[in-house]
Amino acid sequence: MKAANETVGIPAKGAVIGGSMTVVRKKQAAWKTAVNVILQAANVICLLALVLIFALPFVWMISTSLKTMPETMIFPPEWIPSNPVWHNYIDAWNTGPFLKYFTNSVIIAVGILILQMATIIPAAYAFARYQFAGSKLLFGVVMVTLMIPAQLIFLPVYLELSALKLLNTHLGLILPFASSAFGIFLLRQAFMQISEELIEAARLDQASEWKIIARVMVPLVKPVLVTFTLFSFIAHWNDYFWPLVMTTNETARTLPLGIAKIREVEGVATWNILMAGNLILVAPILIVFFFSQRQIIRAFVYNGVK
Amino acid sequence: MAQIELKHVSKKFKDDVVIEDLNLTIKDGSFTVLVGPSGCGKSTTLRMIAGLEKQSGGEIWIGGRCVNDTAPGQREVAMVFQNYALYPTMTVRGNIEFGLKNKGIGKQERQTLISDISEIVGLTPHLDKKPQNLSGGQRQRVALARAMVKKPKVFILDEPLSNLDAKLRNQMRTELIQLHKRLGTTFVYVTHDQMEAMSMGDEIVVMDKGMIQQADSPLKLYHDPVNLFTAQFIGTPAMNVMNIRDVQGLELEAADRVGFVGFRPEQALIGVNKNTEGYCLEGEIITSESLGAENIYQIKTGSGVFFVKTFLESLVKTSRVSVVIPYEHLYYFQSDGERIREVYIRSQQLVSAGGL
Repeated sequence: MKAANETVGIPAKGAVIGGSMTVVRKKQAAWKTAVNVILQAANVICLLALVLIFALPFVWMISTSLKTMPETMIFPPEWIPSNPVWHNYIDAWNTGPFLKYFTNSVIIAVGILILQMATIIPAAYAFARYQFAGSKLLFGVVMVTLMIPAQLIFLPVYLELSALKLLNTHLGLILPFASSAFGIFLLRQAFMQISEELIEAARLDQASEWKIIARVMVPLVKPVLVTFTLFSFIAHWNDYFWPLVMTTNETARTLPLGIAKIREVEGVATWNILMAGNLILVAPILIVFFFSQRQIIRAFVYNGVK
Repeated sequence: MAQIELKHVSKKFKDDVVIEDLNLTIKDGSFTVLVGPSGCGKSTTLRMIAGLEKQSGGEIWIGGRCVNDTAPGQREVAMVFQNYALYPTMTVRGNIEFGLKNKGIGKQERQTLISDISEIVGLTPHLDKKPQNLSGGQRQRVALARAMVKKPKVFILDEPLSNLDAKLRNQMRTELIQLHKRLGTTFVYVTHDQMEAMSMGDEIVVMDKGMIQQADSPLKLYHDPVNLFTAQFIGTPAMNVMNIRDVQGLELEAADRVGFVGFRPEQALIGVNKNTEGYCLEGEIITSESLGAENIYQIKTGSGVFFVKTFLESLVKTSRVSVVIPYEHLYYFQSDGERIREVYIRSQQLVSAGGL
């Protein structure tokens, strides 16, 4: 019995009789492993529950997008449609000028991103590395803008852009987001972590400030930039509010508006078509996320060379 | 090749005066070491020469050119940093090449320069590695190569060996000395380690509290310190110093008032015959360390606790000993630390006869 206990490592009743120190120790060790196994199992169950909470709406969306209209109303819902209706995607695409929406979304999300990169990198570098008159105050102003919700200032911004004749244009949708306080903050913190000696070494290597930013600093904060890219891209790809305010016709309308319009097509909510449209909307984001996961994780784990 | 001159240079950080009226000439082709305790202004001085720190006043000349308003990259100065400051995202080749690219040197020439330099410092097999995959010694070599490849007029090294282990440090020390001989360029080296300074420099500048205490050759510093600070800073263990009040049986005659009397641990003699002329101290050995070739004793006497160092002698076992310091090896200082050279001992006979 004792031998079996040793090899299996599970507390067995026979082991108690032994009474010697080694047996007691073995028993304790066995208990420990048992507790560990239980804890690990509990951990996995908790994680699974969490996954379920997050994944369920998503799975439901996919499932609904493959159903016929009457099937969407069945209770309890049928999780895997018996006859998947792939045609829903084509129907969704055809409810409006979806190619136009899609290109608009791409132009706007990418346009915003490019402008943001062009503004936040130099700004963050200046805030992190230069001491100039009013630098603290200016950074404070940047931080304050983080706390102002878009809904609060949309009217003046709208009037301003309207005066500039930018309603219903791509530029009108891009310009208000040409910089990002969040991006400046995120990048400034990352730049501040980089040792000053690296910049000094580059200066002694005759590098200009722009070259220092481009060749030394930016490569070091690549994970942070990838993370910011993702945040910015998702936010503006999914943005519903601002395009709704700024557009009255199809010239600059984006995907989220197009999807919302599906609901109005026949007066009744065609959930299956709507969900198919939603999947078209989130697919690019999923693809981007899939390719940049590793960088995102790295952004939160600071790694430097000592 | 260039001579460096600092003329009335001062440096203030806000209201904090770090360096005041510093005058120094670093000879062309010399290996000059700035040494001093931390916070003495040696690194600041070095950074001002490199142009990384702007002096608050005075002029800096490199190779006959005033560089007050010259950017660091234009001063023809290369620097090796304490933590190497290698660009982590670039390969070894990229690190060495960066400065050359910025200088606008053509690709063909860059290739030749890089392969030459990596041959010299032994980095050829590692050219395509990233710095994080290199050992401390290899990183050090990359930093050196990056500096050397630019063929600067002046090399500036800021405690470059302090991140290495003792064995590697000794090895790199020798390599740096050889490198200096080979290049013949002016080296300015900063360290807080006086042993490193003594072993490497042909000119040593001892600094304290933002002022130059003494600038001389290593031997001159050791044998002929101009003040108490240098005397105590150079040498291991440090020079023993007695306040004149604690000195008994030594009648001195000097133009200035003697404040302190000092002697080097290695010049004191333990347990010699009484005929040796010198100042005699009687004491008790508190501790003794034997390092093989040398023994270091800590001896407690009526005038204080002293270190005595002997070479290639057997360890003294008795606890009570008499220590004799030959008169010519006594150093005298004023109470403000200035060295006094003209001192006559009035009662030599009396000292040794009446002494203990």
